[in-house]
Amino acid sequence: MTLPTYRADDDPGPSFLDVLRRAGGAPRWGELPADATPTMSHGTGATPAISHGTTVVAVRFADGVVMAGDRRATSGNLISHRSMEKVFPADRHSGVAIAGAAGPAIEMVKLFQLQLEHYEKVEGAELSLEGKANQLGQMVRSHLPAALQGFVVVPLFAGFDVRRGMGRLFEYDVTGGRYEESDFAATGSGSLHAGTVIKLGYRHDLPRTEAVELVLNALFQAADEDSATGGPDLVRGIYPVIATITVEGFARLPDDEIAELFRALIDRLSTPGSSTAMGSSPTIGGARS
Amino acid sequence: MSMPFYVPTEQLMKDKADYARKGIARGRALAALLYADGILICAENSSPTLRKVSEIYDRIAFAGAGRYNEYDRLRIAGVRHADLKGYSYSREDVDAQSLANAYAQMLGDVFTHEIKPMEVEILVAEVGDAPEGDRLFHILYDGTAFDEHTFTVLGGEADAIAERLEQTYREALALDEALRVAVRALAGDDRQLAASDLEVAVLARGNSRRAFRRLSDDDVTAALAGGEVTPTPEPPAPTPADEAATPEAGAEEPEG
Repeated sequence: MTLPTYRADDDPGPSFLDVLRRAGGAPRWGELPADATPTMSHGTGATPAISHGTTVVAVRFADGVVMAGDRRATSGNLISHRSMEKVFPADRHSGVAIAGAAGPAIEMVKLFQLQLEHYEKVEGAELSLEGKANQLGQMVRSHLPAALQGFVVVPLFAGFDVRRGMGRLFEYDVTGGRYEESDFAATGSGSLHAGTVIKLGYRHDLPRTEAVELVLNALFQAADEDSATGGPDLVRGIYPVIATITVEGFARLPDDEIAELFRALIDRLSTPGSSTAMGSSPTIGGARS
Repeated sequence: MSMPFYVPTEQLMKDKADYARKGIARGRALAALLYADGILICAENSSPTLRKVSEIYDRIAFAGAGRYNEYDRLRIAGVRHADLKGYSYSREDVDAQSLANAYAQMLGDVFTHEIKPMEVEILVAEVGDAPEGDRLFHILYDGTAFDEHTFTVLGGEADAIAERLEQTYREALALDEALRVAVRALAGDDRQLAASDLEVAVLARGNSRRAFRRLSDDDVTAALAGGEVTPTPEPPAPTPADEAATPEAGAEEPEG
């Protein structure tokens, strides 16, 4: 590999995507064949089934933002992955969560992470949170042709704005439209149910523990109503990803803590005295301290 | 444009080399040292914004001496090279050696083919998992590359500074000791350098993905006064999306 150098009047600047385009390596989601459509059945048609990620949410709380996403990916009516991650750190003080076609979504996150780090290294300073949100909007917009053919990617972006000292969150539509929300946002197939749960439980300046419990409950209820959203998988020990973003940076909650919170939630929801209640399944019985 | 007179190649190259060396000698020097937990790069630079030392990639740093616009251009090319390589292959596949080779090729080409050689000397440093994996590549204006194993000095008066370092440098120094050694060598006997005259950064061995840290003026002042210094930990840098999606070793995922 040679060193990529450009004339001063032809320099791509701090954008990694532009450098990648010049090198010929950028993904070309906008150039899919006109008849390309993802099939919803499991690989029976001419086009193969693709995986879809489902429900992700973000809630603002007293110290920043909490983001959460379930772990299920589906191809039509089948579960294609049980442990997919949809909540990622974008850089030290921001995170991105994705719903939609899994392949292009993960590629978009990877490029977005690189875009932010590349900017920081080339310019010697981080982008503002607003600038990061706009960058992601542009990436979603450039994906629009593929989205119209069914490969939809809809992210959530949230972060701690170190210049303003507060958590902020943004949602997007397939056209790259960027909408800042003041309290919470949800996207993906289970977002209707998850959003309602958050809406009912939301208060201004929630403490961290309550914000975490709220998103946990939201994902649990979404999984209860939406077949494409995965609930806590107690058998395999796979739990939704929950992360907080504060002035300290992006921090993912350890699985143990999330498991404990789910056990508590399930105990609360279980019908007293019922032997079939979820609270008495073998992996969780008696584990509550 | 054709040359009106014949100039012997030897003379041409010597003139170019003298020209480049003069340009570099005008700039202030910088020193890079291996210390116990990584690599220290200490530059004499009174500007807080026009950097001589910067991050290239997770474990790789860059430093340049000589003409700012020229080494800064090389720095950005290096960041692009590393990020492109990490994107097309994997983050693990980005190493200082291939970057140093690319720099050496480019500087060599410019020196041979362009009228004006680049008036720069550059350093590519990489911190390894263990001290044996630490790398220091020192590349000259004509593409000559050296692989150093303890310390190296770039810029004006490099020889005198290297001689002073030779006497005071020891292996596996603590960070604050290494910094004092470097600053004393840069300053010489009849000068004092304060934190505001210096730009100091380290590649710190450790668990975080991005090893590059700048030391603040306060940290440097404390170290020069004899205190201990640890690079301020920053919030951890993100794991790339495609690597995060890989199931962790040991995590069982039943087939179904």
